[in-house]
Amino acid sequence: MPRNLLRLIACAFTVLTIGLAAPDSHALDRALVDRLASDDMMEKLDAIEKIAVSGETAALALLQAMQNGEIFLAQDGRAVIVSGDAVLDAATMQTLDPAPGLFSPVILNNRIRARLQTAIGALSLLSPERSVRLESATSLQWTEDVSLLPVVSTALESETDATIRGLLVRIEAQLELRSDDPQQRLAAVEVLGNASQARVRAMVARLTELDHTGAFVEPDPQVRAAALDALRSIDRRLLLSDFLGRVFSGLSLGSILLLAALGLAITYGLLGVINLAHGEMLMIGAYATFVTQQMFRAYFPEWIDWYLAAALPVAFVATALVGMALERSVIRWLYGRPLETLLATWGISLFLIQAVRQTFGAQNVEVANPTWMSGGITVMNVAMAYNRIVIIVFAMIVLLLMWLLLARTRLGLFIRSVTQNRTMASCVGVPTARVDLMAFGLGSGIAGLAGVALSQIGNVGPDLGQAYIIDSFMVVVLGGVGQLAGTVYAALGLGVFSKFIEPHIGAVLTKILVLVLIIAVIQKRPQGLFALKGRAVES
Amino acid sequence: MREPHTTETFLSAAGWTALAVFAAVTLLILPALSVFTEPHNPLHVSAYTITLAGKILCYCVVALAMNMIWGYAGILSLGHGLFFALGGYAFGMYLMRQIEGEGQYQSELPDFMVFLDWSAYPWHWTGTGHFLWAALLVVLAPGVLAFVFGFFAFRSRIKGVYFAIITQAMTFAFMLLFFRNETGFGGNNGFTDFKRVLGFPITAPSTRAVLFALSAALVIGTILLTRFLMRSKAGRVLTAIRDSESRLMFCGYNPLGYKLFVWTLSAVLCGIAGALYVPQVGIINPSEMSPANSIEIAIWVAVGGRGTLIGPLIGAFAVNGAKTFFTQSFPEYWLFFLGLLFILVTLFLPKGLVGAASQILRARK
Repeated sequence: MPRNLLRLIACAFTVLTIGLAAPDSHALDRALVDRLASDDMMEKLDAIEKIAVSGETAALALLQAMQNGEIFLAQDGRAVIVSGDAVLDAATMQTLDPAPGLFSPVILNNRIRARLQTAIGALSLLSPERSVRLESATSLQWTEDVSLLPVVSTALESETDATIRGLLVRIEAQLELRSDDPQQRLAAVEVLGNASQARVRAMVARLTELDHTGAFVEPDPQVRAAALDALRSIDRRLLLSDFLGRVFSGLSLGSILLLAALGLAITYGLLGVINLAHGEMLMIGAYATFVTQQMFRAYFPEWIDWYLAAALPVAFVATALVGMALERSVIRWLYGRPLETLLATWGISLFLIQAVRQTFGAQNVEVANPTWMSGGITVMNVAMAYNRIVIIVFAMIVLLLMWLLLARTRLGLFIRSVTQNRTMASCVGVPTARVDLMAFGLGSGIAGLAGVALSQIGNVGPDLGQAYIIDSFMVVVLGGVGQLAGTVYAALGLGVFSKFIEPHIGAVLTKILVLVLIIAVIQKRPQGLFALKGRAVES
Repeated sequence: MREPHTTETFLSAAGWTALAVFAAVTLLILPALSVFTEPHNPLHVSAYTITLAGKILCYCVVALAMNMIWGYAGILSLGHGLFFALGGYAFGMYLMRQIEGEGQYQSELPDFMVFLDWSAYPWHWTGTGHFLWAALLVVLAPGVLAFVFGFFAFRSRIKGVYFAIITQAMTFAFMLLFFRNETGFGGNNGFTDFKRVLGFPITAPSTRAVLFALSAALVIGTILLTRFLMRSKAGRVLTAIRDSESRLMFCGYNPLGYKLFVWTLSAVLCGIAGALYVPQVGIINPSEMSPANSIEIAIWVAVGGRGTLIGPLIGAFAVNGAKTFFTQSFPEYWLFFLGLLFILVTLFLPKGLVGAASQILRARK
């Protein structure tokens, strides 16, 4: 019996709260809400729109319930929300007890769903959560639904966050562009002149065009003049951000080429042999990263975000050892026969590819970006992914270390001396055989580091190295050997050049053009752009 | 590359006999056995065998052409697969036109063009319906490309590994270009589904036998041409370029013309081989231009023996025979084998099988 009593009290309490809540200003207009359950689709669409524009906080929950298919038509003609076991009054959000008999669920079609989506987005603009507002503003940024204008304006009045304000100001102006009032359109055009998006440009440009009858789309000449001004200002900004974007992606490509080509330039400069297995050193570096990642997942899952730091030495040592083993076992015996070395190293690369394929499978393996490397920032409208930025910085650090090693250490001195004149170096006591071995290890190790970087931006599979080998040779051929500067300029130059040409003629023609360009350059400078000057007789 | 210049006899009396036997077998006996015997006859040569052998004969021509520039003139090309494929594509255009509306879409145009919604042949297909123009293209396409490329490369005295790498980049760039649909060469799939050549059905045993005999004739012709060329003064100059280009220049020769000539000739021979290869294999696609294919050509020559007349033939047969065996029986070990072949041949057989054999023979004497 006490249970029934409790229920009775609860019931009385509910009735009481309903009574209290009734005059609440947050309740929605009942007649409007009931139209949501109307048979007529146009009625429903109209009601959704009106509810959205009302800007009430309760409206969001109501429309979300509708989106989830929780709105029913009750037998008494009211719209109600069925949430789990409870039945709520759609207008007041209060539980109805006793629950009225249900007549039928409210049918949604695609058009209504689309309208709901927009309406919910618009209402979320008023959410107290910054992230919800930002997401909503972002999703609405290209809306063409003029009915949202009041909601956007309301949201703008209370908005304090600068990013969201910026978005809302633009959305408001875009919608006001369709207004009937020329003064409002003029103001909108002036606001849009500060934007830097290609789509905004298209919107403004439409005003200056003729429609199919030959009349201007925009009847007011003052607005048209303002539109032209706005276009010029947008164009300037677009050009700048386009330029910066290409420079960034060019530097990103260039630093990858640089990482891939640095080791190659050392071994080619020193030994005069081209190591076609160099690409496979990249591949081994990338797989070393994969193995390190798997080890971290298995043994130190809490440190997983920092596995890359451990992967760097692992990859360096692994590839350096492989490189030194190759130098000792194969390449050493072929000195003085560069063409045969080319073929032998190609054989090594086939062997390594197949070995990796049999060990790890022919499929690509999954190497994840650490969380701190995913995402990116947008500066001056140029989206820059963190992993690209990290790779550019990483390439610069590797370059700096290489330069220090070559310029400041005894090994570097030996490497430079053997590169310049092997016989003389040998005469004054440089152990050339050991220098060759160390340099080959060093070059391979750097390729391993490049492999770690590549694993962060592309697929890791047995064929990884093949994609980079030709490009990195082009860098070496263009830059010349014996000086780091040549490789640096050639890599960054080729990267930026490719990215500037690519949008115009496509990636394939760019590659061909780069090849033609390189052939043209070596017409004038057969040893590359930055060859060491010397008196060595070519053999 | 500084081997002393040895006077080779090129073809001894025994060599001539062997060549005559080879000519008789490939030009008469095998084609006849394939066409005029019944399938159950123990002497019958199946269409599969004839096609496989014809394919390898085409590879032999490529190996001989490669030997001309690498073996005799010391220029390693890693782009010969490109010239081979260009010849194949040039003749493939003719073969595509011979389908004459019997394709999937029953259209005047090749299927891939219908698929791309093209309404007319692109400009570079003009005239490819005529056999003579297509045959001319087979020579011109690789020839002109090789001439222009070679002119600029040799003029600035690019050689050795630099030259090898640049030819590799060239074939890679062309492969990417041919992979595109817009280029008008069938994209990924290339050309296939040929029906007839010069009006004869392409799968008929007699057509296959004739194509096989033509390939054999081309091999014999290339051998004789190599022999003639290398006995001439130009051949001497070429070997001198291989052995010491600087010294030759100090003697007053300009190597440009010689190199350019042999380079272009070699490319043209590859193109003709490609043109014979495509109707026998029945397909040509851009993967023929992949850098790996071109490097494989070099290993055929290296295995057989560079700078010998017969070596490239032996190499092409040995490596391709091994490839057929491995890819059928142990596909996953083929790359291991090929990789090891590259390493071991360069390390232990610098003169190839022929060089090793003659060394053993000389030691016995």
